[in-house]
Amino acid sequence: MSSQSLESKYTEEQYSEVDQYQPATRTGKIANYVDQRVGGTGMVREFGRKVFPDHWTFMFGEVALYSFVITVISGAFLTFWFDPSMSSTRYDGSYVPLQGVEMSMAYNTALQLSFDVRGGLFMRQLHHWGALMFVMAMAIHMLRVFFTGAFRKPRELNWVVGCTLLLAGLGAGFTGYSLPDEVLSGNGLRIIDGMLKAIPVVGTYISFFLFGGEFPGDEVIPRLYSLHIFIIPAVILILIAVHLFMVVTHKHTQYPGPGRTERNVVGYPIGPVYAAKAGGFFFVVFGVLALLGGTFQINALWNYGPYDPSPVQAGTQPDWYIGWFDGLLRLMPGYIGGVPLEFVIPTPWGGNSVATPVLVTFIPITALLLGLFVWPWIESWITGDKREHHILDRPRNVPGRTAFGMAMMIWYFVMWAAASSDLIATHFSLSFNDVLIWLRVLFFAGPILTFIITKRICLALQRKDREIVLHGNEAGVIEMLPHGEFREKHTRVSDYELYTLVSYESPGVTAARPNAKGKVGLLEKSRVRMNRTFFEDRVEPVSREEYIEALSHDDHGTPAELPAGSVGAIESRKS
Amino acid sequence: MGEHGNGGPNSGAVIKAGEGRSSGYAIDNPGLPPHRPRLTDADEKAARRAERQVSALFLISIIGTVMFFVGYFAVGVTDGDLQMLRLQNTLLGVGVAFAMLGIGLGVVQWARALMPDHEVIEDRKPLRKEAERAEAAQTVNEIVDETQIKRRPLLRNTLIGAALLAPLPAVVVFRDLDRSEDFGPERMRHSLWAEGVRLVRDPTGTPIRASDLTVGSAVHAIPETLREVSGHGDRLAEKAKAVVLLIRMNPDDFEPVTPGREDWKYEGIIACSKVCTHVGCPVALYERHTHHLLCPCHQSTFDAAEEFKVIFGPAGRPLPQLPITVDDEGFLIARSDFTEPVGPTYWERG
Repeated sequence: MSSQSLESKYTEEQYSEVDQYQPATRTGKIANYVDQRVGGTGMVREFGRKVFPDHWTFMFGEVALYSFVITVISGAFLTFWFDPSMSSTRYDGSYVPLQGVEMSMAYNTALQLSFDVRGGLFMRQLHHWGALMFVMAMAIHMLRVFFTGAFRKPRELNWVVGCTLLLAGLGAGFTGYSLPDEVLSGNGLRIIDGMLKAIPVVGTYISFFLFGGEFPGDEVIPRLYSLHIFIIPAVILILIAVHLFMVVTHKHTQYPGPGRTERNVVGYPIGPVYAAKAGGFFFVVFGVLALLGGTFQINALWNYGPYDPSPVQAGTQPDWYIGWFDGLLRLMPGYIGGVPLEFVIPTPWGGNSVATPVLVTFIPITALLLGLFVWPWIESWITGDKREHHILDRPRNVPGRTAFGMAMMIWYFVMWAAASSDLIATHFSLSFNDVLIWLRVLFFAGPILTFIITKRICLALQRKDREIVLHGNEAGVIEMLPHGEFREKHTRVSDYELYTLVSYESPGVTAARPNAKGKVGLLEKSRVRMNRTFFEDRVEPVSREEYIEALSHDDHGTPAELPAGSVGAIESRKS
Repeated sequence: MGEHGNGGPNSGAVIKAGEGRSSGYAIDNPGLPPHRPRLTDADEKAARRAERQVSALFLISIIGTVMFFVGYFAVGVTDGDLQMLRLQNTLLGVGVAFAMLGIGLGVVQWARALMPDHEVIEDRKPLRKEAERAEAAQTVNEIVDETQIKRRPLLRNTLIGAALLAPLPAVVVFRDLDRSEDFGPERMRHSLWAEGVRLVRDPTGTPIRASDLTVGSAVHAIPETLREVSGHGDRLAEKAKAVVLLIRMNPDDFEPVTPGREDWKYEGIIACSKVCTHVGCPVALYERHTHHLLCPCHQSTFDAAEEFKVIFGPAGRPLPQLPITVDDEGFLIARSDFTEPVGPTYWERG
């Protein structure tokens, strides 16, 4: 240690340089003051012109982020008046129908926020709309990421962060929904209580610990409040930071197209274009949410009255993202053919009950959520593709994934629609029993049909792409040939468009690989089966030979019109 | 689709795993398309028009902010007047919307029409360089060596033991989330109902004379003793177990009674727990012609004529029936507590 040199690897000039620069303008002086202390030069050099690809589908992640920010801002406003206490008071605010009614402080202050704080109702509605939009934007963003394959290596872990964000968003939404302590949210909590109690062994105790005793008690709302305003938002903030950090590390993906490769990023620099667009877009999202909050009433909680275990309203709906849990509860019958699904396991201490109709609903929930988390690994296991990908897939070019994703979406939508089975029945004058029975059929048949249909659509679109590459677009001009045949003229597409249509891979079915012992195991067999479902029907991108062949047809017969600029390129390739 | 359907056996990009460049495609990557100038690039007039558009949007934003102040101060405190509240809410919302959309759309239009729209190519950096990885691995190894954790297993094992135990208090400390004296699932077997407890109307608390109920009527009832329960939370918890639906039907409509329940009704009056056996919503809808009870949350349907048997929906058990009779004064009273726990099924229910 003592032999270490005191010589620095930087020169004395480099150290003193920091103080040499004398800014001329006032802005320059301020900037220089800050820069000397925090080293902003490096950040500007790194990020000032960093390139971001631009596409309208990349917008949903931004919508989610901005909705979250707006929800946090409006929520912070609400906390200044809302008191989450469940202690009993008499309402004496300005809303006449509820004056003198006994209710909890939580409901009382929520009413005061709506009627007696100017802008309070607007902020409540902005907060609620913001929360709905937050989850909606996350869902759509994840669909975009899924269907374009943006979750593939190296972004699998960021996909997991995103999935966790979705769950945290659901948690934030549900805990917030329950806070006003009126009949609607109380019945929501009652359903949660019933679902918790169905969990074998520990469920009853989880319910006791959540509610501080028997449902509903007077402790649950303060507990949900601390989850809602502190713990869950903190988790979301940290996850967002990790998510964005990883986006910067990986750089954004881009759609296939001319000039785009796996090794570059094409787009606009942050300064000024991207920053202006993204920054301006924050205000657009804020404006849209404000418009919703100002003109569309949401959760008019003065209509419901304070929570009481006895009343309930028909036709009440949960917030949209909770719908599929509720729909599943409706879809699962309690009896099949008159046989109850619930049963008691006989035990020396009097037996334990298994609430099968509720427990079964946990199966699709777990399957869908767990499947979401692990999909990147499932897909790369099925396809055997372990490479990095920065160029996105056009959904049609991966028919297997696209069809599977659509099937899962339809599955989700059936569960979601089932949460409104009663409203569907009343709006269309149907029997609610019939609606539910049809939804049960769709629950099983819907995903299968969707898979088949979507795959066919993808393959048809791919064939159409081949037609465009080989023959060009229909020009809308009918010509008569000398021998009397009528033909439609075709216009060849430019090389730039063409490249987008041909630059994809269409892997074939991969054969089973024996393991170290030379055997094909059960797992490998199921992998191959799924691989075949993914890839057995496939459309190849047009090859170079086919394309040159197609061009040579243009020389005799009716030459297709070539767009200016691409003639040379094609001519040179033919020779 | 014709002759080119799916491509022949030799068609398609032949790309082997690990390659993934653009090399095998029908044409090579033609590079970025030439930049097409926008109208605002070529025509100074168009650019000035765009400038005016953007600043008009900014002006709209200012108008929106003014609109907010009009809503806030001119409409003022609405004092329970729903019309004025709605007007105020609209002015505030639309005002903020204009204020925000004006800025947002203005800036976006500024970027789209006036800022350069040349696409830029940037290289992707490899996520790591092998030399750096090796260096980092070396550093990690040195750090681990310096801790001597591999050479001294006693340190390692006791640390693992301590680290496994240390978080346990963080779990145990939550035990008092439920501080009730009657902790445990046993309490769910009992409600306020007991022999002789009068059924009273919810929420007025007036006792119910059997002769007051006409055939076809349904009444929400609670035990008379409920109002003696002190504490808002305890009262709600007791009510959540005790709410009862009281129905008077034509005595001929009842199906044969389960042995042991012969004296549970009184002259066509029958009482059941209002808490759904599915997940606990109040079974609040009664259809008098079919004598069906419907839970509005998940549509479980129960038949009052068949001791509240489930006839549709997700509920797994009939609604518990409350044995009732009348006292000397002709008021309805309970014969006993429910003979089974009410509400959703739980593990310890048995």
